[in-house]
Amino acid sequence: MFGRILHMLIKEFLQLRRDRYALIRLIVPPLIQLLIFGYAATFEVYHVSTAIVDFDHSQESRELIARFTGSGRFDLVEQPSNRHRIRDLIDRSEAAVAIQINPQFAENLRKGQTASVQVIVDGTNSNTALIALGYIDQIAAQFAEDYQNDHLNRMVPQYRLLMPSVQMVERPWYNPDLNSKWFFVPGIIGSLTLMTIVNLTAFAIVREREIGTLEQIMVTPIRPVEFILGKTVPFFLIGLIQVALIGLVGTLWFQVPFRGSVFVMLLGTSLFLVSTLAVGLLISTLCSTQQQAFASSFFFLTPAFTLSGFAFPIASMPPAMQWLTYLNPLRYYLVVLRGTFLKGTGLSILWPQMLAMTALGAALLAFSVMRFRKSLD
Amino acid sequence: MNWSRLIAMARKELIQIRRDPRSLLIALLMPIMQMVMLGYGVSLDAKHIPVYAYDQEGSPDSQALLKHFQASQYFDLVKTVPNYRQLTRAIDSDRCRLGVVIPYDFSKTLRDRGTASVQVIVDGTDDNTANLAVEYARAVISAYSGAVQLDWMGRQGLATLAGSQPISIEARTWFNEDLESRNFIIPGIIALVMALVGALLTSLTIAREWERGTMEQLISTPVTAREVMLGKLVPYFGIGMADAVLCFVMGVWWFGVPFRGTILALFITTTLFLIVILGIGFMISVAIKNQLGASIIALLVTLLPTSMLSGYTFPIDQMPAPVRAITYLVYSRYYVTALKAIFLKGVGIEALAEPMIALTLYAGVVGFFAMRAFKKSLD
Repeated sequence: MFGRILHMLIKEFLQLRRDRYALIRLIVPPLIQLLIFGYAATFEVYHVSTAIVDFDHSQESRELIARFTGSGRFDLVEQPSNRHRIRDLIDRSEAAVAIQINPQFAENLRKGQTASVQVIVDGTNSNTALIALGYIDQIAAQFAEDYQNDHLNRMVPQYRLLMPSVQMVERPWYNPDLNSKWFFVPGIIGSLTLMTIVNLTAFAIVREREIGTLEQIMVTPIRPVEFILGKTVPFFLIGLIQVALIGLVGTLWFQVPFRGSVFVMLLGTSLFLVSTLAVGLLISTLCSTQQQAFASSFFFLTPAFTLSGFAFPIASMPPAMQWLTYLNPLRYYLVVLRGTFLKGTGLSILWPQMLAMTALGAALLAFSVMRFRKSLD
Repeated sequence: MNWSRLIAMARKELIQIRRDPRSLLIALLMPIMQMVMLGYGVSLDAKHIPVYAYDQEGSPDSQALLKHFQASQYFDLVKTVPNYRQLTRAIDSDRCRLGVVIPYDFSKTLRDRGTASVQVIVDGTDDNTANLAVEYARAVISAYSGAVQLDWMGRQGLATLAGSQPISIEARTWFNEDLESRNFIIPGIIALVMALVGALLTSLTIAREWERGTMEQLISTPVTAREVMLGKLVPYFGIGMADAVLCFVMGVWWFGVPFRGTILALFITTTLFLIVILGIGFMISVAIKNQLGASIIALLVTLLPTSMLSGYTFPIDQMPAPVRAITYLVYSRYYVTALKAIFLKGVGIEALAEPMIALTLYAGVVGFFAMRAFKKSLD
């Protein structure tokens, strides 16, 4: 049995070597993707292009404006003199936020009345808009509090320092600077590996069938299980190498910490690879042409990315979608990746994920071997 | 160019598509499935963030603060734990995202008119959710702080001094009034689906003929290279358009994304985008003669840039300058910009000038090279 598997392996590697570009295709795309993703994937909000209209021209309004521009979150693109220009700027996406300080801003403040500031936000990108609004509120609230304290200080100095207040001390764990790269780089390892492995495996058997070499193999004494093992072991190795490579670039280039144990990561990766290989095999046994295999692997891959928690939190999905995520091996692997990279958690916390991947992998593998046996008749 | 040969070529391709109903089915089901999955699955809104509290004091004051968290729609106060270790463990195992630690001297500090510190521990792994959670927590705590201060001033007889709230922010959101992430993501998904289907359909079309050996037959006929290209692409253009219509209809009627622009603008930009995508797929298919290789490259140049660099979810203006420069080369960037503007902003042709011109240029260049890419020769 091992002899036959070994021959199968040699055949596969020979085939890979004969294809001049195969190696380049396996190594270069993931690296390019990692580099671009690593820099492009961010939901952080800095430098929001902002237009500010000051109808008050007072010392107070200028101070408020200085607080906005000094925060590093808002970049002043223009100080238009009328409201029409605001509409224009936002229509053309030249400004995402417009802040308008109404006349009598300072006067109202001094009289103890509510001074109003109008804010117009381009909601096209709701996430950026939401975060930008949060910063605006925070800056305005700080300004108001300082102003009020100042005011109180001047009126009744003896009470100034004696006001009770509650202050928040924030402690972001695992990612103290809330750096997007730390969140995305481990996720990229998982999604790129999923894509490569499913794609390769989905083509594996269909290709032999389409070219007609599957029949040649079937007349040899090799058994279906041996054939499948021979087909998948090289992909398993490719997967491991890819994870190691992307992981290394992630930690060395993007400075993402690796706090857990290599063993846990290796175990999680192996289990994940088995389940993704099984998905690919299943597609390969269900399809009869490579185009079908290509289309089907996409049919699986895109929802697998969306419903994994790679970029979009699972907790915000509707319940039906949340249930679907339990069938997705990537969901579990991402927990393992982020656990080992950022949190440094071990098996005592990650065992449910490992168990789920084992169960998924075993079920899918059994199903695809069954399908393969059947499709031979 | 001979029309009857062109039509014959298109018919051959059409018959081939029809004989492979599974691929056709996938091409038509794909947009529906994608729209449903992505439309429901993609949301960046953080609501019901699970919160654990470690209340060291357990006084009426600390309870009141926790009630403020409970009342917020953004937080679910799941549990109050008796020690720090349990809080740590809950965050480690993703059972909560936010931990609120109220110090043992909380109400005493407030009575002594000092500043009480409440520690908010947030799981920073997902920085976006963490950011939103911190913002919401800050709002809850400062509201509570304001209430405490007002209460104190009232008791000191200083209520008149407190006056009204000094500044009010009247925020108005344009184009996406409820700040629904779905509204900005769905126009992007349409571009994504089109890129996917386009790549899927065309990238293997020439490679398949080579691999199966039918290319030699094709070459021996009088059909010209240009007729082969057009004949192969026309049916796929039809499928792509059908997919686009499917996506638009679902986006507007199923997901209720507002459509404020004109159908004409939508039609023009979609046509241009399809020409670009199909042309690129065709060139890949010509350049790489095996299907596996062609499929990998097709993904690399269509789906990935569309999902990462088009501004579909990740805002382009937040990317570092070199990456931002690359996005100008990504054709989907212009389509996504145009779609968002057409759907949400409802701006006319004049505001769409930049993406339209860019797409036209792209379509011209890609068309030009695709015409020349395929040569009728055996090597």
